[in-house]
Amino acid sequence: MKLSYYPGCSLHANATEYDASTQSVFQTLGMTLEELPDWNCCGASSGHSTDDFLALALPMRNLVLAEQQAAKDLVLPCAACYNLLKDADHQICAGTEKALKVNKEVAEIMSAEYQGTVNVKHPLEILTQPDILAKIEQQTVKPLRGLKIVTYYGCLLSRPYHVAFDNPEQPKTMDDLLRKAGADVLKWSYKTDCCGGSLVLSQTDVVVNIITNLVEAAHQAGAQAIATACPLCLVTLDTRQDKVKQKIPVFYFTELLGIGFGATDSRQWMKKHIINPMPLLQSLQLL
Amino acid sequence: MTDSSFLREMEAKTGQPISLCYQCKKCSGGCPVSSVRDIQTNEILRLVQLGQKDKLLESSSIWLCIGCKTCAARCPNKVNGAKVMDALKSLSMKDRKKIGDPHSAAFHDCFLTTVEYTGRLYDLAMVGMYKLKTGTFFNDLKLGMEMGKRGKMPILPHRIHRLREVKEIFRKARVKKV
Repeated sequence: MKLSYYPGCSLHANATEYDASTQSVFQTLGMTLEELPDWNCCGASSGHSTDDFLALALPMRNLVLAEQQAAKDLVLPCAACYNLLKDADHQICAGTEKALKVNKEVAEIMSAEYQGTVNVKHPLEILTQPDILAKIEQQTVKPLRGLKIVTYYGCLLSRPYHVAFDNPEQPKTMDDLLRKAGADVLKWSYKTDCCGGSLVLSQTDVVVNIITNLVEAAHQAGAQAIATACPLCLVTLDTRQDKVKQKIPVFYFTELLGIGFGATDSRQWMKKHIINPMPLLQSLQLL
Repeated sequence: MTDSSFLREMEAKTGQPISLCYQCKKCSGGCPVSSVRDIQTNEILRLVQLGQKDKLLESSSIWLCIGCKTCAARCPNKVNGAKVMDALKSLSMKDRKKIGDPHSAAFHDCFLTTVEYTGRLYDLAMVGMYKLKTGTFFNDLKLGMEMGKRGKMPILPHRIHRLREVKEIFRKARVKKV
């Protein structure tokens, strides 16, 4: 089964392990991810923070590209990219005035308007479908036994309501997934708290304090590691634990699934992390 | 008498029913940066209602919005506070008289410049430009090296083929205000 794939800028730069592990996991489950040719940056925080035309037009070009490629489902692992494209798709389908105007402008450039036919999906949505969950259980040859983890969804997968595929205050898709893979997923109250990612360069002190609070909460929950589904969240958590005495490793949920599947590349993914996860994984004999 | 033209302008620009805000403060209660802001989310909405354009556009508080949309998710009147912050930031960028947080504005400028020139974010150039613009050369030097060692900052950019389309999008953004 082939699915159209939009990696986004981070997965080609500071989050290549998310790209590699996502593709590996989907491949193992019988789904090939085919990259959308010539995709452009979704605009991330900078687009919508500075210009309401860019906020819609940059994501919209990708949606038009997907339609031009006859892609029905478009998979986006990055929470920011997912949020922006899903929001743009929603606004077109809902017929909001601004989105329709931007669509006409984008059509002048792309020779086509976005028709609202693309299903914008995050890997968590696809991997938690009942038939896929059953396959995950089958494919988990090395269950993540003993790994005490908290799931961190961040903001952009959970809000606003029309974008969220899970409960905005108490999501559980990642929890279900990692439990299927054998991990001990713990309860905590910070699943959808913001990591501060978009201000990490310009307001570093603020972000360090946010990260310190998050990591302390993870420790209080009894977690040995944090699982995330967003490259900004992971990079921010991985690189800004300056004020945390006992640093905690952070994983992409797809990396954990991949380790459970016995993926041969998993050690390579671990080398990309700033806080080395290998001591934890070795102590649990997971890698 | 309060001039409501700014409120009308903001409601049209954001598509948000800012007039409905009755100061329940659920937005500020959930805001992750409320402890470091001079003006809280609910206060910003009130200032929009009161037509206090200059005070808002010159504030640093609007730039501290991370865009987490917690306010949007919890507002009983369905006001998306993050979209209000975005509109205020973009108006402030247009004005450029006194930007309340020049570092954040510089970050967005550098980010979008690389997107305009290659179609995608070019991290190395974005960080380099940001350091030059803000003079923050010595921040994160060690981190930068750790990222570089692990291949997390590609040296060369990737230029998309149909770059003309992205450049046109940026040109339209500059010329047209939808």
